[in-house]
Amino acid sequence: MEEKQEHHIIVRARTFVLVWTALVILTAVTIKAAEMRMGEWSMLANLLIASTKASLVLWFFMHLKYEKKIFKMLFLVPIATITIIIGMTFFDIWYR
Amino acid sequence: MTETAHIEHRDYTGAKLGMWLFLFTEILLFGGMFLLYSIYRTTYTADFHEAAKEMSVTIGAINTVILLTSSLTMVLSIAAIKQGAKARSLVLQAATVILGGVFLLNKYFEWTEHIRHGYYPDSPELLAMGHGKVLYFGLYYVMTGIHGIHVLIGAGIICFTFILTMRGVVTDKDYIKLENTGLFWHLVDVIWIYLFPLFYLIT
Repeated sequence: MEEKQEHHIIVRARTFVLVWTALVILTAVTIKAAEMRMGEWSMLANLLIASTKASLVLWFFMHLKYEKKIFKMLFLVPIATITIIIGMTFFDIWYR
Repeated sequence: MTETAHIEHRDYTGAKLGMWLFLFTEILLFGGMFLLYSIYRTTYTADFHEAAKEMSVTIGAINTVILLTSSLTMVLSIAAIKQGAKARSLVLQAATVILGGVFLLNKYFEWTEHIRHGYYPDSPELLAMGHGKVLYFGLYYVMTGIHGIHVLIGAGIICFTFILTMRGVVTDKDYIKLENTGLFWHLVDVIWIYLFPLFYLIT
């Protein structure tokens, strides 16, 4: 019966339209941030905005918000893997 | 007895978990390319900035909005089928495929323009410009190309779920196929969310 409960969560269309609006606004913000020519900071700003957008898509559109805990935990595995690989590679490049 | 005969065993958690595990391999596939990108960008910062001037931010932004909108229609089509609104779900699925098609069409125009300017792998113009630009365009073609193939495959699968919905295989009682298709489509959107600033917004 647990199964039934879980799959009858119906998210209102309004929520999705709001998320979409936020995504479009963030796209405009990221273009403006790039135009401001803040050097390395604009790179950081763009990546932060992209990650915010990606999180919105994952959390709402991909239903991660409404999934069991195991889905949320498992998602950290590829993210941690990539972070470690990129981090270690950069340590190699910087201190070579 | 007839009641129980119609009850099938469905494991939605298992089906979704399988899809997510597949998506993790996709994240790692693109992760490897992002790693390569970030290393070469640190090594050839000036060249990357110079090369990115060839990109049209306008077309990139339009394509971003198109893909975001297609994600919205996708998620709404799932919400519609959950409520039993079959016709609405079909229209939204068709809209998603059309938006995916428009995205690819824009990509086609973009690539044609680059190739016309002599920017394509191994072109004499590009080879004369040095390592940084060669690497930028190499990564650009590989990453947006593989992303484009994903859009194409995603649109193909949505055509498939469209038929399944029409035939009544995907219903308000059994919509996992559509839901997993949606997961794939959204991941393709997530990847573009990163590709856009990395290739278009670094001038």
